[in-house]
Amino acid sequence: MDSPAFLLAFLILSGITVTSALLVFVARNLMHALAFLVLSFLGMAGLFMTLSADFIAIAQILIYAGSISVLMVFAVMLTPLASRDNGNSLYVIPALMGGAGIAGLVSLVAIETDWAEHSGDALKAADFERTVPVIGDLLLGRYVLAFEVASVLLFIALLGAILLVQDRDGGDATGEAQ
Amino acid sequence: MIPEIPALDELSVTLAHYLLVSGAVFGIGVVIALAKRNAVAVLMGVELMLNAVNLTILAFSRFSSAFPAGDAPLAGHAFVVFVLTVAAAEAAVALALAVLVYRRRETVDLDRVNLLRW
Repeated sequence: MDSPAFLLAFLILSGITVTSALLVFVARNLMHALAFLVLSFLGMAGLFMTLSADFIAIAQILIYAGSISVLMVFAVMLTPLASRDNGNSLYVIPALMGGAGIAGLVSLVAIETDWAEHSGDALKAADFERTVPVIGDLLLGRYVLAFEVASVLLFIALLGAILLVQDRDGGDATGEAQ
Repeated sequence: MIPEIPALDELSVTLAHYLLVSGAVFGIGVVIALAKRNAVAVLMGVELMLNAVNLTILAFSRFSSAFPAGDAPLAGHAFVVFVLTVAAAEAAVALALAVLVYRRRETVDLDRVNLLRW
């Protein structure tokens, strides 16, 4: 955690993540904002890798940068007459104040608190060598109930999504105001 | 120039650095979720917030000093798996709702979806 290469990797990845998250807010076009969001997800996956969370990083790339962004592209494409300018609403100033307040509070706590943490050799000894078998044991052992509930939740959410957007009239309801 | 290189060597990435990045991304997500008009853009802000929370959980899982003594060393990773699951379900339902609102109102502008406003 203290080699210059690691520091450089952390700085680059966090720079990519935070900058592209900012560009999601700044971008004028909704599709450009979506592209920056994918870039932010990829940078975040790199940060996960620096935390030796390889499985989560791969899952992040697959789920966030892969499927959720494709879902968002579909949602943008299925609403062709809506505006794509990624504009702001009336609440920009309160939103900026709220976001800055939350970020400032978290930063203050992160800086001021004396975190008892590993350093140097102790942290190296605590490196996760194999995360996937341990996560699998946890998911099918201690957290098996939550695992099953999550699978039921996914199933119900997908059923609900299909049910919401299905064409009940079987006709030309698409794009037709009711 | 010479003293700067040992200074770089002394620097190490700690938990506070990850928490700073996470707080920044969470704040940006809050701003996007509150300030954008398009429903899909609001969902982008929500996903950024969930991502920042994942980073926080993983950083604590990595740096927590209770790690070697803990009986479940990767519980944070299991939590993140559940967060990913819930995020995927939430994205699917929210985007379906956006498409449904578009069919009814021909807009996904959240300022104009004000049927319940008194």
